[in-house]
Amino acid sequence: MAFWNTLERFGERTALITETGEHIAYNALLAQADEIAGAVGRRCLVFLMCRNCVDAAAGYVGFLRRGIVPVLLAENLDTSMLEGLLESYRPAYFYLPSEKASELSGAMVWRSESYTLLHLPYEQDYKLSDELALLLTTSGSTGSPKLVRQSLQNIEANTQAIVEYLDILPEDRAITTLPMQYTYGLSILHSHLYAGAAVILTDKTLMEKSFWVLLEEQKATTFGGVPYIYEILKKLRFNRMDFPSLRYLTQAGGKLPKERAEEFIQICKEKNMKFIVMYGQTEATARMAYLPWEYAESKAASIGIAIPGGEFWLADGEGNPILEPEVTGELIYRGPNVTLGYAENRFDLCRPDENHGELHTGDMAKRDADGFYYIVGRKKRFLKLFGSRVNLDEVEGLLNKAGIPCACTGVDDRLDIYITDESKMEYTARFIKEHTAINPNGFHLHLIKEIPRSDSGKVLYSALGVQS
Amino acid sequence: MTNIEKYNEAFIESFGVTAEQLPSLAYQEIPEWDSVGHMQLIAALEDAFDIMFDTDDIIDFNSYEKGKEFMAKYEVEL
Repeated sequence: MAFWNTLERFGERTALITETGEHIAYNALLAQADEIAGAVGRRCLVFLMCRNCVDAAAGYVGFLRRGIVPVLLAENLDTSMLEGLLESYRPAYFYLPSEKASELSGAMVWRSESYTLLHLPYEQDYKLSDELALLLTTSGSTGSPKLVRQSLQNIEANTQAIVEYLDILPEDRAITTLPMQYTYGLSILHSHLYAGAAVILTDKTLMEKSFWVLLEEQKATTFGGVPYIYEILKKLRFNRMDFPSLRYLTQAGGKLPKERAEEFIQICKEKNMKFIVMYGQTEATARMAYLPWEYAESKAASIGIAIPGGEFWLADGEGNPILEPEVTGELIYRGPNVTLGYAENRFDLCRPDENHGELHTGDMAKRDADGFYYIVGRKKRFLKLFGSRVNLDEVEGLLNKAGIPCACTGVDDRLDIYITDESKMEYTARFIKEHTAINPNGFHLHLIKEIPRSDSGKVLYSALGVQS
Repeated sequence: MTNIEKYNEAFIESFGVTAEQLPSLAYQEIPEWDSVGHMQLIAALEDAFDIMFDTDDIIDFNSYEKGKEFMAKYEVEL
């Protein structure tokens, strides 16, 4: 049985804490969760638009408990991207913030102050496989319909491993810094519920005073951060801030530069806190590796070792295992948290497990003589913008479709878009801001004479930076 | 450039907004002024006036108008 079906054992312990400081006990959370799921009443597909609030979390927990399969979506999803997803998947219900519900046609079957459950009029012409428990987006910012299929066993196994290696205690309280639909944020919710601990739910950012007041008043013991969150903490001079309740920080969602990692290892050490670097992907439910705190200094910039129950190996160009240390190859992971595979539309939801416990991460890595892994590059054409994955080919495809010939490249936290038509510069910027969820501070437009191509017509991405 | 011009320029450069938008500008009221944009704005202001904000001022700097009050603290007359 999955942990969400046995949460009753935590009874009157606090499960969730709101922005106004209200404490919601496990019993109260489950009562609301089961009421929302009861309004659906059967196993089916549900869209859930996420916010870090009690109503969203309760709906989510209720759906899992009843075997209802949620698709977790970002709140800032553009209308046309949402329509595309609805048409691809035709969910039976949509659970979303009430003020957004009026834009959709559907019958309201449950509502609270902030959330509404709508019954949608779609014909259910598809089936869900028995193992399927949850669907997460791969690159939400471009509205891609590609979802990762996660099973109950995936979530249970990964959550158990996380609770074990982070040693999450019932007294712990995590404060949210990431959205719930994002696998890293979701894994923090999962692991704290698993341990009978609490989550302080807020959509406030680290740049707001109210976040820090809440952290202090509710005595948060931990939070997680993608690389740019550590840039913010540096800017805020976290080294001079004092929050005695904080026990440890985690970092994932992209590679932190070595000097930044070393800086935070020292800061945390001085504050008697731990700093745990982790590595994962939605395709592996959430986490695959962590760097144990006792190795933080000696192995800084490493993603560490595989989580309990998992293992890594490196594949050379032919797919054979690399046995020697310090040789780069594709990082391959095996473990019970490797998800079932992808879905491109509703008819893929009945597909069986296609990964069989093995994931080709698409990340290039090397292993040192002590068995610690280091990410050195990527095989696939994507980057992370402030933690969210952006597929460069998808961005090119979207812009091409909008009549903007272009080529996209970049590094983490910086997407470079090269276009050739000067009259379309403004339109391109507006299109990205209005029709994608790509962070407006994350992309840079460049005008070039022509897109460099090889004789066979392939875009020469390596030649792009040179021209501008 | 006068100080108020430098102050305005930091917002215009960081968020790609027009001068007319400035008076009503507030944190998270436009997509560009999110936590990433806030970092850029703070860095731009620190560079323009050669100052270094205190943490409390960075996290309380939540609108164009409110920011003006903070500038006085750093001996910047707008």
